[in-house]
Amino acid sequence: MSLLADPLVQRILIVSVLVGITAPIVGTYLVQRRMALLGDGIGHVALAGVAAGWLAGSAADLAKQDVLAVPGAILFAVGGAVVIERMRARGTAAADVVMAILFYGGIAAGVLLIGAAGGTNANLLGYLFGSISTVSWSDVWVTAALAAVIVVIGLGLRQALFAVTHDQEFAHSTGLPVQALNMVVAVLAAVTITVSMRVVGVLLVSALMILPVAIAQLVTRSFTRTMTLAMAIGAVLTLTGVSITLNFNLQPGALIVVIAVGVYVAVAGTMSVLHKRTRTRSEVAA
Amino acid sequence: MTKTHHDHPTAWAPTPAVSVRDVQVSLTGTEILHGVSMEALAGEAVAIMGGNGSGKSTLVRALVGAIPTSAGDIEIFGKRRSRKGAARVGYVPQRVSVAAGVSATAREVVISGLLRARQLRPPRGARALAEQALESLGIPELAGRDVGRMSGGQQQRVLIARALVRDPDLLILDEPMAGVDVPSQDALASALAGRKRAGAAVVIVLHELGALAPLIDHAVVLEQGCVTYVGEPPRALGVHALPGHDHDHPHSDQPDTPASTFSWAVKS
Repeated sequence: MSLLADPLVQRILIVSVLVGITAPIVGTYLVQRRMALLGDGIGHVALAGVAAGWLAGSAADLAKQDVLAVPGAILFAVGGAVVIERMRARGTAAADVVMAILFYGGIAAGVLLIGAAGGTNANLLGYLFGSISTVSWSDVWVTAALAAVIVVIGLGLRQALFAVTHDQEFAHSTGLPVQALNMVVAVLAAVTITVSMRVVGVLLVSALMILPVAIAQLVTRSFTRTMTLAMAIGAVLTLTGVSITLNFNLQPGALIVVIAVGVYVAVAGTMSVLHKRTRTRSEVAA
Repeated sequence: MTKTHHDHPTAWAPTPAVSVRDVQVSLTGTEILHGVSMEALAGEAVAIMGGNGSGKSTLVRALVGAIPTSAGDIEIFGKRRSRKGAARVGYVPQRVSVAAGVSATAREVVISGLLRARQLRPPRGARALAEQALESLGIPELAGRDVGRMSGGQQQRVLIARALVRDPDLLILDEPMAGVDVPSQDALASALAGRKRAGAAVVIVLHELGALAPLIDHAVVLEQGCVTYVGEPPRALGVHALPGHDHDHPHSDQPDTPASTFSWAVKS
């Protein structure tokens, strides 16, 4: 209990829950549209944004060089998401090729920019793997505000976003603003990535968006239930991972993802055994 | 679900439900449709027929605004196609798009049919309307089931329920009979007949008339992106009256398809 009285622990837990709840919202739409790896593509662009923010900070001679890192990440991630969506919509290139270009371009630009800013690759590590132990109250407020945006739009427009990600051709025929809604998904993904960056880092951010959805998928048959369950799973996973790292010296982002993969394997195995038993019973009954 | 004729005075006006004039469509730099024209009146069922690659699906996808046209006009109920005007259109795309990455129940899929240009959330009573639509297709018990795990015929009925829940005055269907079992074909034919009786126009891409033959008022035949025939459905004229006809049958590997009254394909 004494641990919970520590303001740093409070901040860590609040940010973890917010990220755990919000990441699977956008993740559900990405899986629905079969673009599960979009988060990775945008994540790498966000990394270039972090480095660009760092460069801007040192150019402006700011006391803390990294004060512009998160705004830089948001700017680059949203820009990257818009570019991906436009290229995908126009059919300029296949979605996986666009994402591959962003992967390489993002990480290479990040390394070059951080070097130009006088920093080292070590400065980028916190963003690559997460740095929740340095979270401040202002970080908590920024995370809460961005999480609120994701929840309000992601859940408020659920039916319209479902229609567009489920069957784009039909959505066109209904008169829905398909391009605008696609853009909403892309921008929400960018915002989610910047929010989650602090907890799991850009390398693992996509995992937090996709794995809870993948686990929920194993036990649900409805879109709404998959999304709701994925949000709950996301919150439990981040809380569990972060709580363990409060007592043991482990990297929280990596631990959360490893636990998620473990849960996925366990649930998939259990479902497979249950399915076999049901089938055997029905065969015996027949 | 059904409307009385008094609800829609325009349905009986001479303005066509859909009017296509000299439409050209290019996809990735290749012109697919070279100046196609056609019309469908209220209460009329028009079959768009043709061989593989003739441009049938491209034409209906342009009709519903899923792909842009490079020239020509498309008017829906006398007005240039618009997102707002799409409220009167019900579209049933080819079944390939039905299973997405995340499971969805038939009810969820049908409710998505209730959205419109300025209605991003379903109206009150959406659930009941969706269940009613599924019942009209004879599958009320599937409302809570995952669409991705249904048979081809069941999935097709869900997609038609999604179009019918919009209470459309113009129903556009792309190959709804492909790979569909006989009970589903019958359910589909009776749903379409009901819609037609209620005064709706039906535009339907078909490879063969099959169970829908009695419904079709006239046919538009496409060949390599051009209209080569407009008039009586081919069954009345006889198979050999059609240009370029032969007896190739691309769907012959589908065991569910019953012996049709007429079947044909144009060599591409």
